Amino acid sequence: MTESTELKKVQPLTKRDIISTYFRSTFMLGSFNFERMQAIGVCVTMIPAIKRFYHKKEDQAAALKRHLEFFNTTPWPASAIFGVTAAMEQKKAEGGDIDEAAITNVKIGLMGPLAGIGDPIFWGTARTILAALGASLALSGSILGPLLFFFGINIVRMLTRWYGFQVGYRQGTDIVQDVAGNRLKKLTQMASVLGLFVMGSLVSKWTNIKMPLTLAHYKDQAGHLVTTTLQSTLDSLLPGLVALLMTFACMWLLKHKVNAIWIIFGMFAVGILGYWAGIFGL
Amino acid sequence: MNAMQFILVILVALVCGMASVMDERQFHRPIVACTLIGLVLGDLHTGIILGGQLELIALGWMNVGAAMAPDSALASTISAIIVIVGHQSIGEGMAIAIPLAAAGQVLTIFVRTIAVFFQHQADHFAAQANFRGIEWCHIGALFLQGLRVAIPTGAVAAIAGTSIVSQWLNDIPPVVTHGLQVSGGFIVVVGYAMVINMMKARSLMPFFFIGFILATFVSGMNLVGLGILGACAAVVYVQLNPDFHDSIKAPAAATSAGTDDDDVLG
Repeated sequence: MTESTELKKVQPLTKRDIISTYFRSTFMLGSFNFERMQAIGVCVTMIPAIKRFYHKKEDQAAALKRHLEFFNTTPWPASAIFGVTAAMEQKKAEGGDIDEAAITNVKIGLMGPLAGIGDPIFWGTARTILAALGASLALSGSILGPLLFFFGINIVRMLTRWYGFQVGYRQGTDIVQDVAGNRLKKLTQMASVLGLFVMGSLVSKWTNIKMPLTLAHYKDQAGHLVTTTLQSTLDSLLPGLVALLMTFACMWLLKHKVNAIWIIFGMFAVGILGYWAGIFGL
Repeated sequence: MNAMQFILVILVALVCGMASVMDERQFHRPIVACTLIGLVLGDLHTGIILGGQLELIALGWMNVGAAMAPDSALASTISAIIVIVGHQSIGEGMAIAIPLAAAGQVLTIFVRTIAVFFQHQADHFAAQANFRGIEWCHIGALFLQGLRVAIPTGAVAAIAGTSIVSQWLNDIPPVVTHGLQVSGGFIVVVGYAMVINMMKARSLMPFFFIGFILATFVSGMNLVGLGILGACAAVVYVQLNPDFHDSIKAPAAATSAGTDDDDVLG
């Protein structure tokens, strides 16, 4: 992008525009649809920038059309993409060397990598761990549980959106290097390690499988009657083994595109049949 | 349930339904939705406990890519009403929550299909540079998502106190209700599996097993302790990982390896 001498002066986004963009971005997925997914939300979020940069009707219409194209990524960090897009729109309005395709390409190009970072960090780690903590408090009826989850996750969300947009707007397309670079990759790996670690401990801690099916009775040397159940046999091998195997079975099914809700119903069937047959107990 | 409570329940359901599609402020998560219904119905305590229980089940439910999670909004609002107004046990509430989550998913698929119409309407407005029009398309689709939860919840709230519901729930044979409670003990693994798959980090699976083994054999360690351990493991892993040290990867610069520890926490 070479700076040409005949650049128009375009007013950058004001504080009010940025606040309005932030507020709109928090409703981004409201009109999620199967054709272009988050598109309308993206367009609505970009409206303050479009209004600020373009004043001719046909320019505005063209910009609106640009941002009604297919879009789908992890919602919260998407604000960084909006920042980059706003910076590019500003350059374009100034008469810079940016065509429509470039803006679309950067948007589409950032969508995938950002979801690759955003999904493990926000859905896999931040929300899961806060929800697990909150739920463990809530089980005893403590209001701290819901409060911890709700405020914790919303602080994470607001900071991500607010600063994501600012960083994207200030750095413009330079952010592409950030997304591809080591720092975010490091953060993603750290989130994944923490997330997997906690998942592993939850598989052991928060599953409750009892298998009272009696396998054998015998008298030990002292003459006490000893009952071997399926549970005690498996526990002597590895406690929590059944939960572990069930987790792997679910992972396998999900990988083969089985809808989660069918797996859940399948689990219900297993529970009911198992209880009826006396394999599982309460 | 008085008229005021009825209106508030519907408002909560409306907010939860909208939150469910946006995945933004997390009002649709069971731990929040059930608590709010409990608050409105004057039984906060039960709402919180049910919310905690359902949150465990729904822990890994998430919208990733185009895939949709089972709907926790409808499941939370209705089961909280049934438990609190219909005087059912928490276990019963958990059992009915799952079919409701499936129903909610079907409903949201329906609304997301209808929203395609709003998308085309928005195209129309864009051609005329009609900002207001596009905004209304957005709000319209969002409101439909709210109604998707508010209407069924309102219908249940209207009959929850009557004998029809308790009659119907009592007619379920005990082998089914007990079986459902049994599966409540392990249905959580579906969510865990969703999280693990989403991470797409096969090489990091040893950390999953370390977490599992520690939680299994070190009794008395709570979730906070395990979380701190996991965070330490994460930091150490990234610090030692040669992928993040260009100086180690390039043999010529190996001598400067010790100085290169730019950590992301700094």
